[in-house]
Amino acid sequence: MAGFIVRRLLSSFLVVVLTSMFVFALFFLGPSNPAGPVCEAQGRCTAERLELIEQQMGLDESVVTQYGAFVGGLFRDRTITMGSEYTCEAPCLGISYGTRGEVRKELMEKYPATLSVALGGAAIYVVLGVTLGVLAARRRGTATDRLLVGGSLVVSSIPYYLFALLAWILLTLQWDLFPATGYTPLTESPSAWAAGLLLPWLVLGITGSTQYARFTRGSMVDTLGEDYIRTATAKGVRSSRVLFRHGLRAAIVPIVTIFGLDFATLLAGTVFTEQIFDIDGIGSWALDAVKAPQDFPVILATVLVSAVLIVVANLVVDVVYGLLDPRVRVS
Amino acid sequence: MTRSLPGHGSGSTLDVSGQAFLVVEDLSVRFPTHDGPVQAVSDLSYTVRMGETLGIVGESGSGKSVSAMAVLGLHDEQRSRVTGSIRVDGKEIVGAAESTLRQVRGNEVAMIFQDPLSALHPFHTVGRQIGEAYQAHHGCSRSVARAKAVEMLDRVGIPQARSRADEYPHQFSGGMRQRVMIAMALVNDPKLLVADEPTTALDVTVQAQILDLLQELQSDFGSAVVIITHDLGVVAEVADEVLVMYAGRAVEKGPTREVLTHPEMPYTWGLLSSTPDVSGDPDRRLVPIPGNPPSLLDPPPGCPFHPRCPHVDNVPGDLCRSVLPALVPGRRGHGHTKRCHLPDSDAIHETGAT
Repeated sequence: MAGFIVRRLLSSFLVVVLTSMFVFALFFLGPSNPAGPVCEAQGRCTAERLELIEQQMGLDESVVTQYGAFVGGLFRDRTITMGSEYTCEAPCLGISYGTRGEVRKELMEKYPATLSVALGGAAIYVVLGVTLGVLAARRRGTATDRLLVGGSLVVSSIPYYLFALLAWILLTLQWDLFPATGYTPLTESPSAWAAGLLLPWLVLGITGSTQYARFTRGSMVDTLGEDYIRTATAKGVRSSRVLFRHGLRAAIVPIVTIFGLDFATLLAGTVFTEQIFDIDGIGSWALDAVKAPQDFPVILATVLVSAVLIVVANLVVDVVYGLLDPRVRVS
Repeated sequence: MTRSLPGHGSGSTLDVSGQAFLVVEDLSVRFPTHDGPVQAVSDLSYTVRMGETLGIVGESGSGKSVSAMAVLGLHDEQRSRVTGSIRVDGKEIVGAAESTLRQVRGNEVAMIFQDPLSALHPFHTVGRQIGEAYQAHHGCSRSVARAKAVEMLDRVGIPQARSRADEYPHQFSGGMRQRVMIAMALVNDPKLLVADEPTTALDVTVQAQILDLLQELQSDFGSAVVIITHDLGVVAEVADEVLVMYAGRAVEKGPTREVLTHPEMPYTWGLLSSTPDVSGDPDRRLVPIPGNPPSLLDPPPGCPFHPRCPHVDNVPGDLCRSVLPALVPGRRGHGHTKRCHLPDSDAIHETGAT
């Protein structure tokens, strides 16, 4: 098992490195000149000024050298010059072209909001989805089943942004059921934190639960037809125990896999949710960064965060899979 | 390896009280489908006494497993119609409440399934699975249940029972898995054991071990056994009584030795002549039964076996094609009954006219 994890960690590391190289190359080989916005930000941008700034930013160097400087910054402090001089502490992810702040510090400021949205939303959609799925599977073929499956299809065919926007307009603005305070950090006031996130959690949870309800239903229907379910019943085990300890225990394995990858995507930023509910997380941050003028260090940082999260989620899923299914345990 | 003679199954070492423990009367099981009802079992009746072994034989789809599952009330009410009566120690099973069924299942009546790999939960250790069966009826702690599971594993001949209790089914060989299944079935000391093709998924040497184990345990526990199989060799070895099923009906029934040596129904003749005989002539050709079992969605009129029966024309008045024969005593007595219009079937069989 340890050897397996070490091998997987190495390959994960390689994936992250390759991703960063790819983003780096794409940006610097592309048509946009990062020096332009920096130059324009300091008043009239003459040709000499532009050239000077390009030189200061190291843009006249090769991509490889620039990448080397970026990687070096991860391990020791860097001084970055773009018009004026900025110090960037290690691990340095660069200086934002827009705010001139250190990217790593901004990331760490914004990340708790994204994490809060993701954790609450995912908790709701998994619990709700699995519960509804188990219920539908248990009553399969009945009106309850058809209602649950039909309802889940209806909800999941509404575009997410529309659903979220309608919820925000109706429930918060029109009927005043939820506070319109936006995001408050947990450290500031736990009650305001929860109150502000309640609606985003519910919207994310309800829309996300539909696919889990359908997955769970399918997986449970298959499992409940297995011989070992009949064995459990034949032993005289009560039906609720047969349903959960025997049925769901086996049916949950593929759901865990889907959840791991889903959750990683959620952690990498929830653009619509953050935009609509006015939450200052990394989803909105990344969106602002790709708008012109592009903020390359921020783009790179958000891409790297996503890559790391997805790679880690894959690893976690594999390890958890081994824990859940004794047959795949690596000896 | 000692083998008991047909008709002298394991229960004989124990005082056979002769009290009927399982009484099945006019059992019918139907499954409604989009194409109409499938009549899986029709008007099946039999009795099993304490210490006795009943063998139910028949092809796939003859209704033997379906009828066995009904004994534990394992048919989903929404997907099946079970009528008739099944009484376990006087308690009615057909239409019984879930709580009654739960008390009977695994406690008074336990079941062994055909393929132990798919019948055991892949994610629970065998110790847990056996312990769970014990806990379900004794309300004891996990550690007590575990100790009981280890004791049972040891009892069915699994070496190092204590450590193997913590292993998962996939870590056992086929024969050992079936031993686990038997340990699980016997943990609550059931009075009736229903074994649904317990040796079909195993290789031949292991089959013999499992049968010997079952017989040994039956004589120790004194339980009644219903063994379902398509293998007449298994029946000859373990069963006191045999019931031959065809198209959901009993077609011949009686003491094992009597039925196997003097079969009165052409279907049973067919089964016997399609079974290899180890002591017989090795060059003898096996005679298969021509055709396939009938569709239970639309069973043929008259005797269900008539489309495959070579003796239809020996029956006057074309009765086989029009009238379902009743299950009536044969000419030799001994509690031997048959469902066949042939008046002198015994004589026809003697002449070898299969």
